[in-house]
Amino acid sequence: MVRYIIRRLLWVMVTLLVITLLTYLIFFVMPPTDPAINFAGKQPTEELVAEVKRQFGLDKPLLVQYGLFVKRIFLGDEYGWPGLGFSFSTRSELKPVIFERLLITVQLALGAAILWLLVGIPIGILSALRPRSIFDRFAMGFALFGVSTPVFFLGPVMLYIFWFQLGWLPGSGFYPIGQYGFWEWFSHMIMPWTVLALAFAAFYARMTRGNLIETMGEDYIRTARAKGLSERRVVLKHGLRSALTPIVTILGLDLGALLGGAIITETVFNLQGLGNYAIQSVFSGDLYAILDVTIIAAFFITFANLVVDVVYAFLDPRVRYT
Amino acid sequence: MPEPLLQVNDLKVHFPTDDGLVKAVDGVSFQVMPGETLGVVGESGSGKSVSFLTVMGLITTKQAIIEGEVIFKGQDLLQIPQEEMRHVRGEKISMIFQDPMTSLHPFYKVGSQIGEAIRAHQKVSKKEAFDQAVEMLQRVGIPKPEERANQYPHEFSGGMRQRAMIAMALSLNPDLLIADEPTTALDVTVQAQILDLIDRLREEFNASIVIITHDLGVVAEHCDHLQVMYAGKIVETGTADDIYYHPHHPYAWGLLGSITRLDEEQRERLRPIKGLPPSLIFVPPGCAFHPRCPYAFDKCRVDVPELLPVDGQHAAACHLPLADKQRIFAEEVAAR
Repeated sequence: MVRYIIRRLLWVMVTLLVITLLTYLIFFVMPPTDPAINFAGKQPTEELVAEVKRQFGLDKPLLVQYGLFVKRIFLGDEYGWPGLGFSFSTRSELKPVIFERLLITVQLALGAAILWLLVGIPIGILSALRPRSIFDRFAMGFALFGVSTPVFFLGPVMLYIFWFQLGWLPGSGFYPIGQYGFWEWFSHMIMPWTVLALAFAAFYARMTRGNLIETMGEDYIRTARAKGLSERRVVLKHGLRSALTPIVTILGLDLGALLGGAIITETVFNLQGLGNYAIQSVFSGDLYAILDVTIIAAFFITFANLVVDVVYAFLDPRVRYT
Repeated sequence: MPEPLLQVNDLKVHFPTDDGLVKAVDGVSFQVMPGETLGVVGESGSGKSVSFLTVMGLITTKQAIIEGEVIFKGQDLLQIPQEEMRHVRGEKISMIFQDPMTSLHPFYKVGSQIGEAIRAHQKVSKKEAFDQAVEMLQRVGIPKPEERANQYPHEFSGGMRQRAMIAMALSLNPDLLIADEPTTALDVTVQAQILDLIDRLREEFNASIVIITHDLGVVAEHCDHLQVMYAGKIVETGTADDIYYHPHHPYAWGLLGSITRLDEEQRERLRPIKGLPPSLIFVPPGCAFHPRCPYAFDKCRVDVPELLPVDGQHAAACHLPLADKQRIFAEEVAAR
């Protein structure tokens, strides 16, 4: 198991290297404009561009440039480890900005995940136990609505109804809990969580329903009933155990993907998270910031994959890693 | 004559489907005496499993239209509430299934799955239940039971899993064990072991046993009584000797004709029963077997034959005159 985890961690490194290489190529090599000109301001002189190039190492061969970039990430730079570099637009260190934004994204993603699990899984279970009942049809109608309603539509509609018209909830923006207290933070997060969670809740409800219906038809469920277990125990202990295991996998991957930034939700609700930052950086041509966000997102996805595989070995005794 | 342990009277189990009413079991009556082994033989879809799943309360009025009586120890199981039925199931009547590969939960240890059955009916600690499970595993002939109880089903072979299922089924010392095709999914050598085990345990636990099978050859020597089912009805019933040596129904002849015999030189090919089991939605009029029966005559296409006694407990549902049956059996079936 330990050997397996180490081997997988090495693969995470390799994956990240490949991703940095691709990202580097896309942003530093492919664009027709020289990144140094981008940084040097509105009316750059020849000397200024040359100076910028020298400072950022852009005058060196491409391979050396990329090597330096990778070296800074893994070994740290003048601002410490990991070396996330320097922002072209604010002309300051990137790390504190990125971590601050990552924290906001984490709060958004985790809160939404709790919400969609609390909503999606029970709906899925109830639907599966009474397939084709009125509840089931209603729930699956909700699920269809959920998966097919885009966040950029639902977000503004909710803001309009609950903030502008009814005034039940505050508008957009992020209010850190440490500074404004729990309620202010919480009430500002309700709508972003709901909007982000809806599509996932719908998807999880459908998946739970499908898995549980399939599981309840298994022979070992018949055995559990034949033993004389209560129906409650048959469903909760024997049915759900099998039906929810694949959902753990999906949850890991979804969370991993969301931690790299929920771009649309963050933009609609003006949360200064990682996804929002990625968009800003692309518009301002802040190359190192784009690279950093990409690498962080890639790290979360690859790492979540690893975590899911390891967790699976504990959930399903048939799975063994060597 | 002692009271039967299980008395089923005119049981009907019909499933409403989009295509029509599936008459899986259509008026079946039989009894199981204490300590006896009953073999129920028939092709897939003859209603043999459905009858006993209904007896177990695993098919309920939620899924099917159920009529008739299932009297177990003087109590009609079709009338008692769900919660009471739950205590009959597993404790008084238990069941093992065809495919031991899929009948155990893949995520739980074998010992705790057996322990769970014990704890569903007895107030014992997890530890005590587990110890009892280990003891049961030993009684069904699983070597190193302590070690095995801590393993998961995928670490067991097919035969071992079926033994574990039997251990689970017998852990509460039930009065009746229903074995639904217990050997179908197993290797031939393992089949014999499992049937011998069931025989031995019947005496040890003093339980009645029902073996459901499609293979007449497998069960004949393990059963006291046999009943042959076709299209949801019993077409012949009697002692194992009656059915094996003096069968009266052409379907039973057909089943006998499809047994492989290794003790004799193979003179000719096996004789499969021609055709397919009938649709249970549009059951053929008259005798349901008539489209496949080489001896069918006009009456068979119109009148449903009743299960009429031949002699003693032997009864068959066939319109052929007795003399013809004896002649055909002697000339065409037994002579093979």
